[in-house]
Amino acid sequence: MAKTYEEINAKIRSGDVVVVTAEEMVGIVADLGPAEAAQKIDVVTTGTFGPMCSSGAVINVGHTTPRMKITQAWINDVRVECGLAAVDMYIGATAVAEGDPLNREHPGLFSYGGAHVIHDLVAGHDVRLRAAAYGTDCYPRKELDSWLNIRDLNEAYMLNPRNSYQNYNVAVNQFSDRDIYTYMGVVKKDLGSANYCSAGQLSPLLNDPYQRTIGIGTRIFIGGAQGFVYWQGTQHDPTGERTDGGVPKGGAATLGTIGDLKQMDPRYVVGVSFLGYGVSLALGIGTAIPILDEEMAAFTGVSDADIVAPVTDYSRNYGLNEGAPLRRVSYAELKSGSIELEGRTVPTTPLSSYVRAREIAGELKSWVQSGKFLLTEPVQAFPGPSDSPGFKMFNNRPVEEEGCE
Amino acid sequence: MSEMAESRIVLHFPKKLLDQPVISTAIQRYHLSFNILRANITQDQEGLMVLGLEGEPQSIEAAVEWMREQGVRVRPLDKDVTRDDARCTHCGACVVVCPTGALALDLDSREVIFDAEQCVACGICVPVCPPRAMSIHF
Ligand code: SF4
Ligand code: SF4
Repeated sequence: MAKTYEEINAKIRSGDVVVVTAEEMVGIVADLGPAEAAQKIDVVTTGTFGPMCSSGAVINVGHTTPRMKITQAWINDVRVECGLAAVDMYIGATAVAEGDPLNREHPGLFSYGGAHVIHDLVAGHDVRLRAAAYGTDCYPRKELDSWLNIRDLNEAYMLNPRNSYQNYNVAVNQFSDRDIYTYMGVVKKDLGSANYCSAGQLSPLLNDPYQRTIGIGTRIFIGGAQGFVYWQGTQHDPTGERTDGGVPKGGAATLGTIGDLKQMDPRYVVGVSFLGYGVSLALGIGTAIPILDEEMAAFTGVSDADIVAPVTDYSRNYGLNEGAPLRRVSYAELKSGSIELEGRTVPTTPLSSYVRAREIAGELKSWVQSGKFLLTEPVQAFPGPSDSPGFKMFNNRPVEEEGCE
Repeated sequence: MSEMAESRIVLHFPKKLLDQPVISTAIQRYHLSFNILRANITQDQEGLMVLGLEGEPQSIEAAVEWMREQGVRVRPLDKDVTRDDARCTHCGACVVVCPTGALALDLDSREVIFDAEQCVACGICVPVCPPRAMSIHF
């Protein structure tokens, strides 16, 4: 019999709810079958912890005396976006500290950037704000150099255009005569490594392949706090190929997420530096999926063996948008430590922490069990396979050079 | 007779020296005894070896000098690589770059284990680790 959100929330309030993690659900569905699992289990929690570049934070620093309409600002030497009202700013996670040599000495270290600023704020560290303005009659101040702490900010919230990719490429290096430095880590030459980045069977969107229960307004775990999904993530594309179980065989769905920085835990909001590539934010996201019926039980019973990812060359094909995946591999194979490619055994390396994904799913499970976390029915569903415009590449219309002197 | 000493060194053999009996020649010439602590072929097809040399201090020095002349990169194993466990997220990015397997993924717990015994202090993992949990001390 189907359950409703209200019924499940009533069980959460009364303490009678039965919650398991997506990892535990694999065995339960395998043993009992989806129909019986749906009767026994009310909620399945998921988790993922990995680099999510399209992240950032909105802060409002409060008005200075005299007032200042900040037009340029740096926090710990990282440029933050100020194209908003006087003291609103956006800290982009991948912005690199000014003066960083970048890749001039390849591979660059990219030791500090926006993601590290966000981590430092969450950790309660003082950061240094430098700002400039042109000055107006109503906002006369032109310069500012001050320490800043999260407790003094009016608002500080994460606002991430794209998190938690449903599935992702496995990166290999087929053509370069040296190791390459990518956002997928160091990919070793000569098919020397296969780098993957997903929590697989624990990952939020892989447990709800058509986003039946995740949409606008869904409450989630984000960075150790309770936050929400505010929109589908950028590049959301549910139109691609799927397995028999409905799981996309590549990229697919994404989440736009929001959450209060002041409630977050620095353990789940970590600035990371990819050698030769740049800065990113390693972020923890988790969802609590209502087991409304047999179908949701079957979806959340998905195992690493049922999920496949495309093995893609990052030394040439990815950058040039050429070629086809070498093959598709299951996460079970990836997690065994090596995969077979072109007749060779290639060692695998993960970039997303399964240990921390498990920790997040466990934490969220205890939140639901203790009544701290209630489920939400989406206010509106995301575009699905039939009504999504899909994913467009850039439409390049070169501008003729004329009138240049 | 002067006192015997033991010293631990890391040797890098370029490809062209891989099949040369550099170590045995050095041992015989300088009357040393030795102990191979670890031996690997690195990602660049170089030989990587950690050797414990025993003998008179001057002889050890002379042997090291001679091996350098043959084109072997020699350095003492006097650096210490440590991991800040509070920073390590167990992401796994270091696993494929570590030439000795000192950083390895435990397939059951999914934790990345750092075995300092296997580490040759090459330092490769230090800039590769995304949260920069590894550090090398001199
Ligand atoms: S790369 Fe760094 S954080 Fe990741 S597992 Fe290795 S030591 Fe830990
Ligand atoms: S320094 Fe790092 S990469 Fe080198 S052997 Fe030790 S653990 Fe491995």
